[in-house]
Amino acid sequence: MKDDDARKPESTSGVSRRDFMKISAVTAAVPLVLGPKVVEAAGEEVAIHGPGRVPVTLNVNGKKLNAELEPRVTLLDALRGPFDHTGAKRVCDRGACGACTVLLDGKPVYACSVLAIDAQGAKITTIEALAEGNSLSPVMQAFVAHDAQQCGFCTPGFVVATTHFLQTHPQPTAEDIRHGLSGNYCRCGTYDGIRAVALAQAGGKQS
Amino acid sequence: MSQYSWPDPATRPLLGKSIDRVDGPSKSSGRAKYTYDYNPQGLLAGKILRCPYAHAKITSIDTSAAEKMPGVKAVEVIQGPGMEIFWAGDEVVGVAAVDEGTAEDALRAIKVEYEVLPHFVSDAEPPKTVAADTGPVSAEDFQDMEENQMPDNEVIAAIEKRGISLKPTEKDYASYKGMGVDQSIIAALQKAKFVAAENKPKSPYKKTALQTQGSPDKAFTTAAATSEGVYGLPCIVHACLETHGSVIEWPGEKEVVVHVSTQNVSGIAAQLAEPLSVPAGNINVLQQNVGGGFGSKFSVDRWDVNTANLSKKAGGKPVKNLLDRKAEAEVAGMRPSAYARVKIAADQDGKLVAWDSRSWGTGGVGGGGTPPLPYIFEIPNQRKQNTAISTNQGSARAWRAPNHPQASVITMGAIDDLAAKMKMDPLDMVLKNMDIAGPRAQTYKEEFAIADEMMGWKKNWHQRGDKTPGNIKRGLGLSMHTWGGRGHNSNCDFTIHPDGSVEIKMGTQDLGTGARTIITIVAADTLGIPMEAVTLLYGNNRYPQSGGSGGSTTSGGVTASTRRGAVDARDALFAKVAPALKAQPTELEAVDGRVQVKGDKSRSLSWKEACAKMGAVPLTVHGKNPDKDEPPDLTNSGVGGVQMADVSVDIETGIVRVNKMVAVQDCGLVVNLKTATSQVYSGMIMGISYALYEEKILDPVTGTVLNPNLEFYRLAGLSDIGELKVHMMTGKGYDDRGVIGLAEPAVVSPGAAISNAVANAIGVRVPFLPLTPDRVLAALEQGGGNASV
Repeated sequence: MKDDDARKPESTSGVSRRDFMKISAVTAAVPLVLGPKVVEAAGEEVAIHGPGRVPVTLNVNGKKLNAELEPRVTLLDALRGPFDHTGAKRVCDRGACGACTVLLDGKPVYACSVLAIDAQGAKITTIEALAEGNSLSPVMQAFVAHDAQQCGFCTPGFVVATTHFLQTHPQPTAEDIRHGLSGNYCRCGTYDGIRAVALAQAGGKQS
Repeated sequence: MSQYSWPDPATRPLLGKSIDRVDGPSKSSGRAKYTYDYNPQGLLAGKILRCPYAHAKITSIDTSAAEKMPGVKAVEVIQGPGMEIFWAGDEVVGVAAVDEGTAEDALRAIKVEYEVLPHFVSDAEPPKTVAADTGPVSAEDFQDMEENQMPDNEVIAAIEKRGISLKPTEKDYASYKGMGVDQSIIAALQKAKFVAAENKPKSPYKKTALQTQGSPDKAFTTAAATSEGVYGLPCIVHACLETHGSVIEWPGEKEVVVHVSTQNVSGIAAQLAEPLSVPAGNINVLQQNVGGGFGSKFSVDRWDVNTANLSKKAGGKPVKNLLDRKAEAEVAGMRPSAYARVKIAADQDGKLVAWDSRSWGTGGVGGGGTPPLPYIFEIPNQRKQNTAISTNQGSARAWRAPNHPQASVITMGAIDDLAAKMKMDPLDMVLKNMDIAGPRAQTYKEEFAIADEMMGWKKNWHQRGDKTPGNIKRGLGLSMHTWGGRGHNSNCDFTIHPDGSVEIKMGTQDLGTGARTIITIVAADTLGIPMEAVTLLYGNNRYPQSGGSGGSTTSGGVTASTRRGAVDARDALFAKVAPALKAQPTELEAVDGRVQVKGDKSRSLSWKEACAKMGAVPLTVHGKNPDKDEPPDLTNSGVGGVQMADVSVDIETGIVRVNKMVAVQDCGLVVNLKTATSQVYSGMIMGISYALYEEKILDPVTGTVLNPNLEFYRLAGLSDIGELKVHMMTGKGYDDRGVIGLAEPAVVSPGAAISNAVANAIGVRVPFLPLTPDRVLAALEQGGGNASV
């Protein structure tokens, strides 16, 4: 389900709020240096990033991209800024609208709600990689054919979400579509076309 | 007869067909670039410190710590000590820094002290004791009237009755004209008597004089049935997905390049010239795509001027500042609220005879909108009065079909309640009143017949209150709407090159309405060539001026200027080609990629061969849609549309679901059936959103917006829309009227149609939108149409 998939991936360190309090106490005692530092907190080793810029390497669309970023920078802002991948859009900036949807290890996530440093090591796929060379993917073609876009600002997020949805639901029912494509907002009102894209894929009747 | 016309229906290879939008592939692949996506070399991040209070005076500002921070490149005080702030979120200090994080840190280092003043944010019904405003119309009053789009006749009546305390200069008159103030109002101002301004006590309420026509008292006394109710809808925001803002740089001392998210590419430079002290001609405005505007993106905003100033201070480096979501909701526009107590009456046949309304609403500090009441129906006996409420919140801006959704919710709700009281089908009631439904009456009649069929209205309609057992109640509702939509001023340079390629330059924009596509269709259709042969250059103020995209004026404007340019260019080409075909230019036609003697393929040249006859020099003509004061030829004004809604209401939870909606819409000549239909779907979906979910909620205690984000400002999602059906009116009586804009009308009716359907389902009126579960349950509990305000 889109809603569940969109959540931030499980943090590998498994740091809870309580742990974080303890870490804060630990970091206060260690000198502040650039780059990740590993400290022990509640019996676990935890990487401390920053403050200040730290080297970040992201695997975006099969390419390793490097930048010096502050740890507070989100995956979305890293993609859109230093890496100039502007297909994913910043709209709500807090995980409500889906305009920034990208795939993280094949699963859709809201890139505004993932820190760039946390996305290191994962395979990140953006809308830019979904077109096949210079030709549109079948889902993109269907968005054009069903006029499932107006201003187009929500469209890249919707295309990524729809692509993943149809991969995981090759024969979606109307109910599947209602549920599976509810994680993205469109303000212009293109939902009828988007629904038609998903229905057409299912061999259903176009609305 | 005018010189220009649309081709005969039999010879339209592309016009009116269903054609994919030309910008579709770039958008669906994520390659379309928006202002927000522009990342030039050396880009700085702009951020603004905003006032947290709804009403305050700035007493001191200390930016010294911020200025010393590493990475901060420029700081500008936007409103300094002594300035009075009238809404939370207003701009105080702007900062440009190497990145957004640094700019945010800098904002936190700025110290601003305020004297907090009392605020007022309530748009509840004004106290009965508020007296009508009888003093002279002041400059401020006049500005509010125009901004609130008070109907022209009411503005004139106020000027004539109350006199004026403003003394407009010739320059003022010119600027009024530029704002689109009607000539009749300017004439009234010129004739008005001057009355010295009185010292009015401060009040948030501006009450118009009571307007009466006919004999409402007598009509109400003799009417067969009278219904009273209260109706309304709150302030809502535009929620453009791409927020307002710009990326601005100074490549030279007096040269400015502006990438801006706008509906008005050709109109930005003139607005920036004065604040930047740069000739407008030195300001280059650029925009490829815009992520939504809906009426809120016409002007240069204070934050854009700040962005430009920060760039200048930072040595001309580009500065990007697009508002964050919270600021967008606080300061970048909203639709005014509107509420009314209405009394409406009919004779025993259901003919409307009398109307009385006391309406109120707010659109921010300037007051509120003035919905045209009663909507559409010219009820013979009327009395009405409107009170605009000044509140401490960011000002209203045009929101898709300004004032019409409000007028429609109030009027169609009242008619629906009256019909229910008379046990009449509301469809019968509106059809009985077509003689007072204005110039589009015939259109409504034809459209209602089609909508009835599409919805199965006559088959499924029941008296108010679904008697089916169980907690799910189903009901039907309807509404109707109108809009002007005549094409705006539009110019283009239309060029045919000797290699056969065609290029159009136009200073317009495409909001996602399909403007690019219809321009290309008209050019290709006129020249008989494929759309791929036409290149459209737009989104740049160095191209010929074309109007702002507002009021559904773009389709009529850009297609008219394109058609005129294409016809003139084609005829100029014919003149060059005619000798080679041994014919007169007037005997030629351009069809199927050829230029030929009419109907004679044996005497023809391919399009490329024909263009080669021009030699080395391309052919450029200017296409221009006639100004507003000239009669239109290719465009027109006035459309009609009707909508019906089928809803289910769970009377245990109060949740409303739209099962189905149908829309039947006229827009004169349809240029592209696909994008035109999309506009109507779009209107219905945006309408479902404001009917069921949207409300900008202000906290009475702090005066701030409580839901300036997208998790608590709820928009409709894909699962909320139900089944939607659209029918576009085409053919005789429609095509021959020319191209008329379509963006506004379809968004007008959903609120009323859904509200009426809910009343039909549950048996009582839910007075105010959005029809949230709490409101539905409250109305059910009160069991009547007079829920407390």
